[in-house]
Amino acid sequence: MEIKSMHFKARAAAQLANAGLQANLKKVKGKFVDKRRDAIADFCAQGGDFEALREAGEDLRDRVLADLDLWLEKFEANATARGATVLWAKDGAEACRLIVDIAKQHDVKKATKSKSMLSEEAGLNQALEAAGIQPVETDLGEYILQINDNEAPSHIIAPVVHKSKEEIADLFARVHKKPRLTDIGEMTREAREVLRSHFLSADMGISGGNFLVAETGSVALVTNEGNGRMVTTVPKVHVVITGIEKVIPTLEDLSLMLRLLIRSATGQPISNYVSLLTGTKGEGDFDGPEHLYYVLVDNGRSNLLAGEFNAMLRCIRCGACMNHCPVYQAVGGHAYGWVYPGPMGSVLTPLFTGMKNALDLPHAATLCNQCGVVCPVKIPLPELLRKLREKQVEKNLRPLGERLALKAWAWVAARPALYHLGTRFAVRYLKWLAGGKQSIPVLGVAPEWTVGRDFPAPQGKTFRELYAQAKKS
Amino acid sequence: MRVALFVTCLVDLMRPRIGFAAIRLLEAAGCEVIVPESQTCCGQPAFNSGDRAAAAMLAKKVVAEFEAHEYVVAPSGSCADQIRNEYPGLLADDPDWHDRAVALASRVFELTDFLVNVARIDKLPSDFTGTLTYHDSCTGLRSLGIKSQPRQLLDRLPGVTVREMSGAEECCGFGGTFSVKFGEISAAIAERKCDNIRSVGADAVVGGDLGCLLNIEGKLRRMGDETPVLHIAEVLAGSR
Ligand code: SF4
Repeated sequence: MEIKSMHFKARAAAQLANAGLQANLKKVKGKFVDKRRDAIADFCAQGGDFEALREAGEDLRDRVLADLDLWLEKFEANATARGATVLWAKDGAEACRLIVDIAKQHDVKKATKSKSMLSEEAGLNQALEAAGIQPVETDLGEYILQINDNEAPSHIIAPVVHKSKEEIADLFARVHKKPRLTDIGEMTREAREVLRSHFLSADMGISGGNFLVAETGSVALVTNEGNGRMVTTVPKVHVVITGIEKVIPTLEDLSLMLRLLIRSATGQPISNYVSLLTGTKGEGDFDGPEHLYYVLVDNGRSNLLAGEFNAMLRCIRCGACMNHCPVYQAVGGHAYGWVYPGPMGSVLTPLFTGMKNALDLPHAATLCNQCGVVCPVKIPLPELLRKLREKQVEKNLRPLGERLALKAWAWVAARPALYHLGTRFAVRYLKWLAGGKQSIPVLGVAPEWTVGRDFPAPQGKTFRELYAQAKKS
Repeated sequence: MRVALFVTCLVDLMRPRIGFAAIRLLEAAGCEVIVPESQTCCGQPAFNSGDRAAAAMLAKKVVAEFEAHEYVVAPSGSCADQIRNEYPGLLADDPDWHDRAVALASRVFELTDFLVNVARIDKLPSDFTGTLTYHDSCTGLRSLGIKSQPRQLLDRLPGVTVREMSGAEECCGFGGTFSVKFGEISAAIAERKCDNIRSVGADAVVGGDLGCLLNIEGKLRRMGDETPVLHIAEVLAGSR
């Protein structure tokens, strides 16, 4: 996917000015935040300990990442033993090449797809189209985006959360060339009718993978629409595209991760469908693919393994961090300008696409830690964002003015006499600006502050001055 | 108990009365209060901007100024957290300074936490009356567990009723330098907070961190709302 993260600020401003989007974004809270809270309350009411579960999830993911190569080899051996072919891609371009080659080899004209963020990372749809293969998104949200001129998703599990029902009704009427429907059930039925023929006529199915289970060589898929089952079992070829970090050791581990993932993502105790797919269609099986491929993509992940950002590889793509992020809630996913939005996206985008492409993202956070406390695998997102800020400073990537201002401020703050002289001057200046009022409507030294709010006037003298006076008297 | 007051740079600059209120409260709790003269800032602006060197320099300054005191108290969750939980890591490369930071860390407290759990204040010097709503600042809440402490103290004021707003634990959008780097987003987040404050209809909104309070006050005023915005120390010390 094209990177537009360098334009975060302008994109965010456009989203803030978009009244329709702002109304749609208000749904995020009720839809995800409240549901997650209720699901966890239920879990605890039944005697569960969600905090202990998060700790277990963190431990498990760390354990896997410490020996990632071994677990991947184990997965490869077991998947291969069950008839699958495991292929490795160092980046998105290689993943696309491998999948186009597979498609050509099997004479594929049309590929149905279930949701995969890695496919977005790799730009797979464009690569398939360029090779004359028709990709058809079958996740309802992804389908909506695809028929709307391949619009980018704005959320990792709810890709059209930025759209209203009305907008989708208009889109369906235009693209399906049918009378406009507004009942969600009817609209879904209409989309399903369109998709049904694609399901039956596709020669290849492409899915993502929520987890790869090493001991059985299986892939686990968590979905709510059932499209994943059609994609993975009807066509003769099934390709799984996912990141190398998605492996976990055992089925027992899978049950732990599912408990964490689904409650954190949608607030359901379990999703409508959990598919565990192992190997190709065997003798006597009614369904399943004749050919099964795993395309396991690195795309920057292995670079993180040994470094200070390795905790980010624990991520299981639940979306809780963005749902709870005040910045995401205000500007939506498109502002972030690449595949992954919200706190996890602000960490991953600079790491995967290069620091310089996303200078704003690590700074576009209040460090409130509403993300860190909900992350099911306890990724310290604010700390990672702060570390990225440090990297920018180390690499001299911050604007000169900002660097100088910080240096000058810190230099003065280390010299109390000078600092106190400076603050005495500053409060008097601010007081003068306020001109007897309680608020300063335009602040020249920090213009950003006063775009959307006043700057309260200072009391008039520094604490230090007043304290010295009080002590004397 | 001898307590050194960490005034915080924002209180020094913008609202000295909060510093005096803190002194009054600490004295009411039976503490002897010392205000180290050379203090300036805990270094959060540098730390959160990624300037580790500047942050470490200021951390050493604070450690040197405060380590001789029995306790250190700040009328701010985020400054207390910075000294308590971030300094040791920040100074990890320098064993001597690291040890000094660790030795100081466990004696550093946010004001309400200190009053409730360490000094166990008995009588509050306040006759404040009215309905208040309390905004939980992020760092105090999520890093130091400041939640019940201010409410316990407010509960002891006979004339005060606390009415909880919805989303009291949600960020107000301040975020330190974030508020001047991404002013529009920051103000949009503040607007949601202020909507919640306004719909609860309290006589004043109260919090424990001046940064958040200035943000909330600025947004309320821009919205044409004159609801007083007070620091918890001002309410508890009755100095309004
Ligand atoms: S960082 Fe944590 S909360 Fe965010 S998507 Fe990943 S697992 Fe979920």
